[in-house]
Amino acid sequence: MPKIIYKDNHGNSKTIEVDNGLTVMEGAIQNDIPGIDADCGGSMACATCHVYVEEKWLNKLLKAEEAEVDMIDMAYEPKKNSRLSCQLIVSDELDGLIVTTPEKQS
Amino acid sequence: MKKTDVVIIGAGPVGLFAVHQLGIKGLKAVVIDNLDKAGGQCIELYPDKPIYDIPAVSECTGEELTKNLLEQIKPFNTEFFYNERVDEVKQDKDNWIVKTNKNNEFTAPNIIIAGGVGSFEPRKLLVKDSEKYEGKSLFYSVKNKDEFKNKNISIFGGGDSALDWTLELSKFSKITLIHRRSDFRGAPHTLAEIKKLEDEGKISIKTPCQLDSIIGEKNIESISIKFEDGKIEKIKTDTILSFFGLVMKLGPIAEWGLNMNKKTIEVNSKNFETNKKGIFAAGDICYYPGKLKLILSGFHEVALASVECFKRARPNEKYRFEFTTSSKNIQDRLGKK
Repeated sequence: MPKIIYKDNHGNSKTIEVDNGLTVMEGAIQNDIPGIDADCGGSMACATCHVYVEEKWLNKLLKAEEAEVDMIDMAYEPKKNSRLSCQLIVSDELDGLIVTTPEKQS
Repeated sequence: MKKTDVVIIGAGPVGLFAVHQLGIKGLKAVVIDNLDKAGGQCIELYPDKPIYDIPAVSECTGEELTKNLLEQIKPFNTEFFYNERVDEVKQDKDNWIVKTNKNNEFTAPNIIIAGGVGSFEPRKLLVKDSEKYEGKSLFYSVKNKDEFKNKNISIFGGGDSALDWTLELSKFSKITLIHRRSDFRGAPHTLAEIKKLEDEGKISIKTPCQLDSIIGEKNIESISIKFEDGKIEKIKTDTILSFFGLVMKLGPIAEWGLNMNKKTIEVNSKNFETNKKGIFAAGDICYYPGKLKLILSGFHEVALASVECFKRARPNEKYRFEFTTSSKNIQDRLGKK
């Protein structure tokens, strides 16, 4: 099972095994990772599952669609490596993915 | 104080269908919602996005679903209270007293909380001192555009609201439009107009950058924005308009003594009552083992909750289960001959 590394903004990290096909958001919610709220449940409508993706992983991810980029505009402190974790689907290629949660979600 | 059988909190699809399920049982309800119209998340978050899992409706948008639900509950002439948030819920013997932030009061034996993820509120700026200026020189919506005449206005955001107000207010104020990306999202016609105004020097556009700080004493005097490359620029500003969409806040619901599971309310899956007799929760806001956040689950939940509501509102009558296809009573209530 791929391992996803969730870091908070203080640098504490937790490594979680997440099933292929689940999203990085679901992996967080099911394992009580703090810092990911996912208020809308993954319908790309709220930007409260916003994460920063470690630079080296950025081009291994499918590019964000327009709707996601629009939603990231609404997120707290968006950066170049901002993604919505509900749109990142876990696969073997993402084994070791490191995401950092922002200081707050809204 | 208004008396009714059920106070429904939330005018999303589940709150609307609750009106139906109560109405066919002969119960009166009022609906309170913090937004200015019915539909909840369906209208606010995805009015144009298709929904594919409403039984017997292979495809519809959030807007269509809302319109159809409103049509379905028309016979019940339900009173809606929009732009109001329920702040307080108090027990009064077998009844509940519900108070809103506009000081409306209701009393009823039942409350159905169909509040989704809470009430929608504008996403606020998080820089230092921003609350201090809120409502005076920092705004999250434009209520009366006359108050925005002859000002230096900095508008934040890259979507429709930011673009539309930039166009409108640029007729009589100096506008700086600020966005974190160089792309704006709007109708091609709007984008063309914005470009034209910029080319003519009538508005100023700053991208890619974000608000760094607000400078002022009693009123805003200027702001500083930070570009992606770290460069800082100061902009003379007396008014800020910020359009970063809405966030959902659970708000006062958390303080009513209900058993909570994170941001959701614990209910039993027999009649969706909470730990307080006569207070029910349905739709996205309720939690029970196996809960799915689907619109259709919410419909089921209010159907069952409405039976218990009947028993509480009509303690001296016996509840009789009836089908809409064959019940004369129900058809009368629906105004069918």
